[in-house]
Amino acid sequence: MVNDRARPVPFRGGGFKHKPAVAVSLLVFVVLILFWEVGSRTGFISNLVLPAPSEAFTALLQLIETDMLWKHLSASLQRLILGWTFGTLFGVCVGLLIGLFSIVRAGLSPLVSAIFAIPKIAMLPLFIIWFGIGEGSKVATILFGTFFPTVIATYGGVDNVDRTLIRMGQSFGLSWLSIVRKIIIPGALPAILSGFRISASIGIILLVAAEMIGAEFGIGAYILLAGSLMATDQLIAGVSILSLMGLTMAWLIGKAENYFLKWRM
Amino acid sequence: MAVLSIGIFYYMDLQLKNITHSYGEIDVLGNIDLTVNGGEIVCIVGPSGCGKSTLLRLIGGLERPVSGEVLLLGEPPKESLNPLTYIFQDFALLPWRTVEGNVSLALEDHSISKLESREIINDVLSRTHLSDFRKALPRQLSGGMKQRVAIARALAVRPAVMLMDEPLSALDSQTRELLMDDLIDLWMRESFTAVYVTHNLHEAVRFGHRIVVLSRRPGRVREVVKIDRPLGDRGDANADLEEVQQHLWSLMRDEARAADRELLHG
Repeated sequence: MVNDRARPVPFRGGGFKHKPAVAVSLLVFVVLILFWEVGSRTGFISNLVLPAPSEAFTALLQLIETDMLWKHLSASLQRLILGWTFGTLFGVCVGLLIGLFSIVRAGLSPLVSAIFAIPKIAMLPLFIIWFGIGEGSKVATILFGTFFPTVIATYGGVDNVDRTLIRMGQSFGLSWLSIVRKIIIPGALPAILSGFRISASIGIILLVAAEMIGAEFGIGAYILLAGSLMATDQLIAGVSILSLMGLTMAWLIGKAENYFLKWRM
Repeated sequence: MAVLSIGIFYYMDLQLKNITHSYGEIDVLGNIDLTVNGGEIVCIVGPSGCGKSTLLRLIGGLERPVSGEVLLLGEPPKESLNPLTYIFQDFALLPWRTVEGNVSLALEDHSISKLESREIINDVLSRTHLSDFRKALPRQLSGGMKQRVAIARALAVRPAVMLMDEPLSALDSQTRELLMDDLIDLWMRESFTAVYVTHNLHEAVRFGHRIVVLSRRPGRVREVVKIDRPLGDRGDANADLEEVQQHLWSLMRDEARAADRELLHG
């Protein structure tokens, strides 16, 4: 009797879990470029509005052939690396101080919050007065721009370190320095590294902005020049170099995460 | 430097004198007087929120009581690296360190040679049956194994008094039984002094020489129950232990119910 009415329980789970599909990501990319190329060749997309990807690629090749790529890229990378390295380095130090000492926190954290909200590019004219029209003001813009998010990420990370681990360290009589070195810094490292991801992209944005205001060489300067000459193919070439720079930095930070945060995997 | 003998516990008496503690307006502990003798395991039971864990933190010097004092009677033995040593409910292992690294953390701030510390680590890992897992990270271990690592770490510093804060409460009941047996084995081989906080009366009657029953907040000592049956002889169902457990529960039931209501009504 029971069997007459037996039917399988309908499946209701599933649907919210992501499966990896690399092919799809590649396909979207290829289809988009193809559509763009075909659109440009058939005149469906006006050349004035957007150059064909092949033209942008030619512009990129030209840049390589005339040896200008390296000149622009090295100028930009130098600014970015200097600014970002010192910005994050000071940022981590100040963030740790704010995270560890109540007095520093009381003194600096409101200040950090107040300055964090200012778009650093608005300060560039002031930086030019302070640090000169040359490299100084550009590096300073990137340095200040990456400093504040790093400070906030770092002390947030310190605040989030598991209190029971700190109490454990104290209960075993570890010295203050040992607790900081062996418990607090490794515990805050995930937050610090994700802060690096954010500050890296902020760094690239500020790099271009600073280079657009006054630089002979640099990807930003190249893009600005291309823009004012309406050389949209060069503009697209420059923008794709920026995109590649961003991807490379994200990849490097990913590598660092894999190395330092092996224990999380 | 004197050669340290490995794997010996040292006795030290603890005395709690009229301990009172409060967090702001809320009184948590009231007038606790208690002596813990060397080689003895004192279990502290009580309804949730009665200040058991707070009391343990006061004993180990992680918090300061509002009034009263915790006294150590006699000099802690020189060989003891950390006389008052905790075992925490949630293990408190560093997730970025291996089993070995977590044990060595407790030794690194002491002036002992590399060789010596390696010997200590080998010894405590073999005593907690962890020798095969020395390179494993905490996330690879089950709850029971994690707590074994924490026990190994505690043994490594040769404590005079072990302060255990619900060490088995985060584990499933089977693992709990196994680990309880291991703890009793450890004590049988070399008796140590311990204060053991738990809400589990079964654990208390298995492991305690004396059981201190606290009332609900503010926690006061309601009764101290002594169990004379030796630890090694408590394995199977014993009528007298059953009776003690019943007695403890009858002491606690109304308090527990009242404490439960208290929490519900904020």
